[in-house]
Amino acid sequence: MSNDADTDRVAGLARQVVADHDPKSVPIPEFLAACYDAGLSWVHFPEGLGGLGVSRGLQAVADRILQGAGGPVPLGLNPMGYGMAAPTIREHAQSDDVKKSWLRPLASTEDLWCQLFSEPGAGSDLAGLATSAVQDGSDWVINGQKVWTSLAHRARWGLLLARTNPDVAKHKGLSYFVIDMHGPGVETRPLRQLTGQAEFNEVYFTDARIPDAHRLGAIGNGWNVAMTTLMNERSALGGSASRRGAGTIADAVSLWASRPDLQTPVLRDRLAQLWLRAEAQRLTSERSRAAATVGGPGPEGSIGKLVGAELNQHIYQFCMDLLGPEGVLYHGYGTGARDEDESESDWRGPVQQRFLRSRANTIEGGTSDVMRNILGERILGLPGDLRADAGMPWKEIPRG
Amino acid sequence: MAEFTFTDEQAQLKAAVAKFCSENFDEQTVRRLMESDPPFDAAVWTRLGTELGVLGLSVPEADGGFGGSLIDQAVAVEQLGASLACGPVFGTVFLAIPALVAASSGPVRDGLLAELVDGRGTAAFAVADKAGAFDPAAVTVTASRSGEQWTLTGTVPRVVDGGVADDLLVAANGPDGVALFAVEAAAAGVARTPLVTLDLTRPQATIAFTDAQASLVADAGEAPRVIEHALQVGSALLAVEQVGAAQHLLDLSVEYAKTRLQFGRPIGSFQAVKHRLADLLVDVEHARSTAYHAIWALTDGSDDPALAASIAQATASAAFARVATDTIQVHGGIGFTWEHQAHLYFKRATTDAALLGSAEQHRSRVAALVLDTAVAERAPRVADGTPA
Repeated sequence: MSNDADTDRVAGLARQVVADHDPKSVPIPEFLAACYDAGLSWVHFPEGLGGLGVSRGLQAVADRILQGAGGPVPLGLNPMGYGMAAPTIREHAQSDDVKKSWLRPLASTEDLWCQLFSEPGAGSDLAGLATSAVQDGSDWVINGQKVWTSLAHRARWGLLLARTNPDVAKHKGLSYFVIDMHGPGVETRPLRQLTGQAEFNEVYFTDARIPDAHRLGAIGNGWNVAMTTLMNERSALGGSASRRGAGTIADAVSLWASRPDLQTPVLRDRLAQLWLRAEAQRLTSERSRAAATVGGPGPEGSIGKLVGAELNQHIYQFCMDLLGPEGVLYHGYGTGARDEDESESDWRGPVQQRFLRSRANTIEGGTSDVMRNILGERILGLPGDLRADAGMPWKEIPRG
Repeated sequence: MAEFTFTDEQAQLKAAVAKFCSENFDEQTVRRLMESDPPFDAAVWTRLGTELGVLGLSVPEADGGFGGSLIDQAVAVEQLGASLACGPVFGTVFLAIPALVAASSGPVRDGLLAELVDGRGTAAFAVADKAGAFDPAAVTVTASRSGEQWTLTGTVPRVVDGGVADDLLVAANGPDGVALFAVEAAAAGVARTPLVTLDLTRPQATIAFTDAQASLVADAGEAPRVIEHALQVGSALLAVEQVGAAQHLLDLSVEYAKTRLQFGRPIGSFQAVKHRLADLLVDVEHARSTAYHAIWALTDGSDDPALAASIAQATASAAFARVATDTIQVHGGIGFTWEHQAHLYFKRATTDAALLGSAEQHRSRVAALVLDTAVAERAPRVADGTPA
């Protein structure tokens, strides 16, 4: 444990990357590839896989220098890649060659990633999913439908959870794959949401093929692999904003400050409550970061996800209540066509769009109801609910 | 130490205080003491000072203390709060000792501080606060000087631990402004009227001074700073106490939800109960983060102590109150009985929430510090009905 030496090493490497690849002048993929080659993408990953094998806590040392020099926040550019795919690949891909072939273009953001988990018939009950994977020689043949897939239309690779055995209990018949989103038999269609935009997609698989080398984890062990992904997702969704007053609460506070004509004592107290909740959660994230070791995210990430999602909704509800009649105007719902959204430089849109979008926060990445189950069962150790499908082979479970 | 990082020594301290509390402040003992007169065991209190040394952990060694930090003091207070340890913790540990530490050295201050740290003496803080802050206008006692001798006249209502303390720290208006004095509680001209309190473990008294002899602790030049500092440290330590007690109740409720069977199942398997407890977990964790942050802010100056203390009090008062009310609900009928411990904590939660400023008052202070000064930079765009 030479922590100071590790800190110096990480800081030195980060300064070297910045010196050799000025993020203000070189293209983003080149800068991020240089970070990967220097082991600064995920400092706790092994050397040669975008890491240095040092404590996860030192990532902040690298990020401060890289982002301080004008480097991008990579999680924002390739959210599913950095937040979910990378830790899953690192832990479960079959060989270092496969890991390298995925991780470097992932880190550089040349290859975007998406997550193919939810289905029309499997939301909170993810383990009940029906998309099938059938072995055919050294390939797997995929048929089925996924939904709520962010970025599927721009992603090169997808993290796919599929059923390889319908005759056993639902959690035991799943396997985990990486699928080429550009391959034959993969069709991506935009899914228009209540904001009028189409951030998400439906993805249809018709005899799509995956080589067995692109399976992550053992056949039938897909559920455990998926837990790696989900824990990292929730941790990524909940673990942002380390500066006081930053993040979504800044929208409410600056909107409040911009409209003294609309301020009332009752709204002031409501905003103070929201600010305090945001601050308490920020300090809790700091505290859990201080306690973090080399290990991966634990169930405490669920606190951040739960609080952040509900806080976002309350914050934008506050903004709407502050604006009153002015708030119930909009800039238009468009046609749901892709290019409308992606030409938007301020992609979160006006405050009314952020308000509408926030309804998804308590659903995406695990509903708040499921989050409370996780806190209750995994942190507090409370008993699970009765399950009508316990032990039943998947194919016999009533669906609808 | 880096914020939120505790040392091995602090872990040992925590274990030692927890063990002492389990042996000396078990529920039966707390119940016996809270209905005794005085409502604490002076011998056990002295052991807290001499044997464990946890009454003045942040007092410098030069002042007879242990040269530790406020973080050490917080570690001990959290455990005392978890067990509702009986004794003048609020008056002596939260307020009087921090005030004396902040005051300039002198025979009166040094002698009193040494007694309080050892647990040989106890003190109460007879200084009316306004929502946890110092307000000279709230001072109701007058100080008169004759030669080198000071006397105090006036009444201070509702002084926590005022009925049991050996010494009283009193704010009084003198010729130069508000100064801080020490008065022996047994001195002539001091009349103490014990009050029946909602929380029997945290007694109060109204104290009337009539030409009572007093010793100057902090003159008008430094008294406002000394009092303000004591109130901030007191607010932060009170928040830590609230965290300790709230965590105890959460553990109690979770344990009950795992073992209490209805409809043939543990009640904790029902989402209505499980989700309530999950929300309490979030509240306790938030309270813990804000309370520790206030302690660190007062220790290393990393944040405005007034803001940090108000964030902690606003969060911890609300959290403990909610955990205490929900603990009764989760326990159902048994939770409403005298025999069950839930009410002891419910009453402490209600009392703590009212002391040194309510959650609402601290929220209002946070709003004044943060919202009223906010600038409208980068406000989100507001759609005005014009098509994009």
